[in-house]
Amino acid sequence: MKNIDSTSHLSGKSIFIDDMPEIQGTLFASVVTSPIAHGKLLSIDFSEVESLPGILRTFTYRDIPGENQIGGIVPDEPLFAEKELHFVGQPIALIVGKSDFICQQAKQLVTFDMEILHPVTTATEAFERNQFISPPRTFKMGDPENAWKECAYVFEGTAESGGQEHLYLETQGAYTIPMEKGKLKIYASTQGPTAIQKQTARVLGIPMNQIEVDVNRIGGGFGGKEDQATPWAVMVALATHHLNKPVKMILSRHDDMYMTGKRHPYTTYFKIGLSKENKILAYEANYLQNAGAAADLSPAITERTLFHCTNSYFIPNVKATVHSCKTNLPPNTAFRGFGAPQGMFAIECAIHLSSKELNIPVEEIQKINLLKEGDEFPYGQKVQNGMLDNSWLLADKQWNIAKLQEDIRQYNAQHSLKKKGFSIFPVTFGVSFTNTVMNHARALVHIYQDGSVGISTGAVEMGQSVNTKMLQVAAGFFSIDMHKINIESTNTTRVANTSPSAASSTADLNGKAVQMACNALLHRLKKVAAKLVSGNEEALEITNEEVFFNKKPTGITWKELVKTAFLQRVSLSENSHYATPEIHFDKTIEKGHPFAYHVFGLALTTALTDCMRGTYEIEDVKIVHDFGKSMNQEIDLGQVEGALMQGIGWMTMEEIAYDKNGVLLSNALSTYKVPDLYSAPKSVEIIPLENESDNLAILKSKAVGEPPFNYGIGAYFAIQQAIKAYNSDYSMAFNAPMTPEKVLMGLYEQT
Amino acid sequence: MEQYVTKMFNFTGVMIQFILNNQLVETNLPGGSILLDFIRGDQHLKGTKIGCREGDCGACTVLSGSLSANDHVHYKTITSCLTPIINVHGKHIVTVEGIGIDAVLNQVQKSMLEHNATQCGFCTPGFVMAFSGYALNKETSITGIRESISGNICRCTGYKSIEKAAVDIFEQLKHSPKGRSLDWLIKQHFVPKYFLQIPVQLKKIVTLSPIKAGVFVGGGTDLYVQKAEELQGMEAIPVNQMKGLTDVFQNGTKLTIGAGLTASDMLNNELMMSALPRLKEFFQMVSSQVIRNMGTLGGNLVNASPIGDLSVLFLALNADITLLNPDNESSRKLPLKEFFKDYKKIALQKDELIQSLAFETGKTMAVNFEKVSKRTYLDIASVNCAISIQLKGDEIKEIHLAAGGVAPIPKYLKNTCEFLTDKKLNAENLRKAHCVMKEEIAPISDIRGSAEYKRLLLRQLFYAHFIRLFPNRVKSSELLNV
Repeated sequence: MKNIDSTSHLSGKSIFIDDMPEIQGTLFASVVTSPIAHGKLLSIDFSEVESLPGILRTFTYRDIPGENQIGGIVPDEPLFAEKELHFVGQPIALIVGKSDFICQQAKQLVTFDMEILHPVTTATEAFERNQFISPPRTFKMGDPENAWKECAYVFEGTAESGGQEHLYLETQGAYTIPMEKGKLKIYASTQGPTAIQKQTARVLGIPMNQIEVDVNRIGGGFGGKEDQATPWAVMVALATHHLNKPVKMILSRHDDMYMTGKRHPYTTYFKIGLSKENKILAYEANYLQNAGAAADLSPAITERTLFHCTNSYFIPNVKATVHSCKTNLPPNTAFRGFGAPQGMFAIECAIHLSSKELNIPVEEIQKINLLKEGDEFPYGQKVQNGMLDNSWLLADKQWNIAKLQEDIRQYNAQHSLKKKGFSIFPVTFGVSFTNTVMNHARALVHIYQDGSVGISTGAVEMGQSVNTKMLQVAAGFFSIDMHKINIESTNTTRVANTSPSAASSTADLNGKAVQMACNALLHRLKKVAAKLVSGNEEALEITNEEVFFNKKPTGITWKELVKTAFLQRVSLSENSHYATPEIHFDKTIEKGHPFAYHVFGLALTTALTDCMRGTYEIEDVKIVHDFGKSMNQEIDLGQVEGALMQGIGWMTMEEIAYDKNGVLLSNALSTYKVPDLYSAPKSVEIIPLENESDNLAILKSKAVGEPPFNYGIGAYFAIQQAIKAYNSDYSMAFNAPMTPEKVLMGLYEQT
Repeated sequence: MEQYVTKMFNFTGVMIQFILNNQLVETNLPGGSILLDFIRGDQHLKGTKIGCREGDCGACTVLSGSLSANDHVHYKTITSCLTPIINVHGKHIVTVEGIGIDAVLNQVQKSMLEHNATQCGFCTPGFVMAFSGYALNKETSITGIRESISGNICRCTGYKSIEKAAVDIFEQLKHSPKGRSLDWLIKQHFVPKYFLQIPVQLKKIVTLSPIKAGVFVGGGTDLYVQKAEELQGMEAIPVNQMKGLTDVFQNGTKLTIGAGLTASDMLNNELMMSALPRLKEFFQMVSSQVIRNMGTLGGNLVNASPIGDLSVLFLALNADITLLNPDNESSRKLPLKEFFKDYKKIALQKDELIQSLAFETGKTMAVNFEKVSKRTYLDIASVNCAISIQLKGDEIKEIHLAAGGVAPIPKYLKNTCEFLTDKKLNAENLRKAHCVMKEEIAPISDIRGSAEYKRLLLRQLFYAHFIRLFPNRVKSSELLNV
């Protein structure tokens, strides 16, 4: 089944925030931000702005009736800067006027009096200065302190991975409409409607029930609109609150890139110990996470790094510590993978370093250390229905790994200026919000008296086709035509207290809630039908919109049954609540069972490097992926392909650059390059692992948003191998992204 | 890529008129206003999206159809975010709202649906228009259909599903009768019926006589990235209205090309293609197809970017340029290498604009263009380098080399050329030439790469020319000491 929005997307009729018909009298806004990364704001002069025709008003922290605070986890992020400036692009004020154009012009007329302080832009400098977002956290298993003695080989190294701009095609934006009695309605492009509702209430000093947040769909999120869609919505809400006028603000691409945080850059110091037989006995990692100037979601992201510090490998002795370092950059935030890719990259670097030093093929280390059934993760959970050995076996059976490698060796022997490299990359990704309390969702299902169905959940549609999946769940459960069902917008008055659409869990949590609601309604309808056929409820079934009794058609249609139920005053609405069972985690000992299940898989990547120019192509990615039992293969394949490409982008061309003063240099699409058509691997083959074992996923169809992002990491190592094939002196520094610059410098590096 | 001259002219105004989908629209907005804003704001057609406003994402792609001499309407894609509205006077502009077939999907949209080529949907209308533009052209190669979406960014799909849709569309079009008539496209549900009426309607629109005072603008592809806000309220004069700016003519061994030609115009010109048979290959690395449909030669030169692709190519062709003062119709000629003075400083007087460029085609020069950027396509070079060379026996009779990204200006590598002239073409001399080259460049570290990298990269691209052009005379192993 196709994404239910396909036709409207293709005909340009899908409505995003900026496409909504504007209410007469709508005002526009622009954000005045800090031009410096660190300093004191002594004074600010709006006099030129206020004299500009068309400008109505400016707002600063002084205009906030409630609390000047939007920090979700840690209260360390003011909506508007007061006396201190912490990053370039930090909001200071909002200008409201009659057109977007005039507001953009006005912004440039604001002048500041500032005292500039030293900006810290790297995690290492922040670490040295003891600047942290939150206290460090450590996961420990076995006896890492003493295990080193047992190791035949011990290697130490550093792994650097860079940031990543989300580059959702639709930029951040919100549109607020004043309702009667001071209430507000906010349309926002957000993955977290409740976050906006909550923070708006906090800033305006009014209860949450005065604020309605509505999300129809968003034009891509990838984590960038989980927490960071909030400030813009709160700002326009503040303006509407004061002016009693509709206010709309859509960030320009440039502003969006300047003002919002990105994937966290990490510097990881690692140490790995192996036995003579290449068994990994011990692993130690110290992650310095560049969190930016405020906590945002960083504490949760640090946690997921630790949960994935050993990726797909069993290591009996582990000590992993993460330091969330406070710097003068925009607060870095959620991005597909949420800290896990950084952890997985580091352990893989440690394995590649070992392979290089021991002069043995990488897979000789990888293969014998893969997690097996019942193996314990450093956080206490054990592998259940593990699929890593199966992935490897299936990949080998399908593609003959040894032959792939031999072909590459031959190619390299025959070509002097072109070299290929190959990598195998296993993935084990835990599914659930690691913060256990967030793993719940609700659904509100109405059957209308004409038999049509409306469904509201907390899930936000952002291209991942969650609405399609919700519709499939309900249509399957009721056994009615898809066209009878409408998936409503995500709205805080219909479904309250939602967790954001994140952590790959949206379809699972909301789908289960839909299932429960449908189940309750079906039960009620069957009761009505039982009376109609004077029979037993258990012998009733609804199939293709018809009631069957003892497997025989009764002639009673869905429509008739619904109408009868309505006339009998039976409730045709149901609101249900689902909370993931089994999961728990104790932060005081850093042990528990935080994940509903794991997703497993393996990627084989071949890269082709032009050794004259230092350019490269990803020729081929072959993936074995654990979909569980996919409820929609077309959509799930699209998720894997899209995630893979984003992962490859992170590892190859996507390079975030700030200058030493904390000014973003990669501030436009001309300077920050995301993959285009030609950057896509020439061939992508994805084969599903047969895995119908019971799991907590919706209809056993496992989460597919984030896990496949990590396959892209394979590209880094494949390119490294290609460089190595050309230049035996290549030192193999681990420093992602692998830009053409690093490739060329590596190709001609000399010892 | 266009020209920016603030000189005022005495013209008289007419309302800008064009056909938007199936309706004639007219506006008295200043000619410098942006087409995208007119479509979304004034016309309330919200299918055309705002992604970046700098021509780098393709979400605002629309079709622009121009009436040609034989009453045929020739369609090309343009990014509406960089298009001054005066440039579409007398054109047929098609947005996603105007390409569907009577409330159902056209074949392009159907193929994209079939192959799940849409996820969040925001980039989707841009892809639909780019593919539809391909369908409306005579182009029939599979590389051509890929190129048609070279300016479109999708962040969700990873492109594999879009590629499948592309192959599907290509397969359907492959069977079109030669020339791919409008009738055929309508019958096959690629375009709606109303397209048949467009030539008649376009003919009714009065040509704007060269009219108002304002800013010279070519394709807008750089000007509207740099100064969009400033230009919005201003009148604009399309440079292709100016005398000689779109002419191409061969005079003896010299080929003269108008500065108002777009990169795509050059590719469609037979004289140009016979002078530079590999131009298509070179231009593939120059921006994207949709930007090549807009950006002009003159714009790329006056922009004076130290890494301007066309500047570097034509420096290596040892081109001359003609500067025109439209006020008194006087003109002067100078070698392109004397045009670039210093960082963003050019030998253009206030009243002048570039009229044309001319280069020698009589000699049998071998030409090559190399470029490396962070992303291979649709990116600005870290370093680019071009060469034209003629041998006499074993010796280099004439050579012109130019490079971008290694100096404040697009650099004609004079000393290197002088060193190599009359020398034997062999690895030893090329290595020596590289030592000369090192002394005449001064790259700086910036977002496009470190100075050290750019130095190494230029060496590689310099050697790459000879490996590409003379594989039997120069061995890479003799050049690269690894």
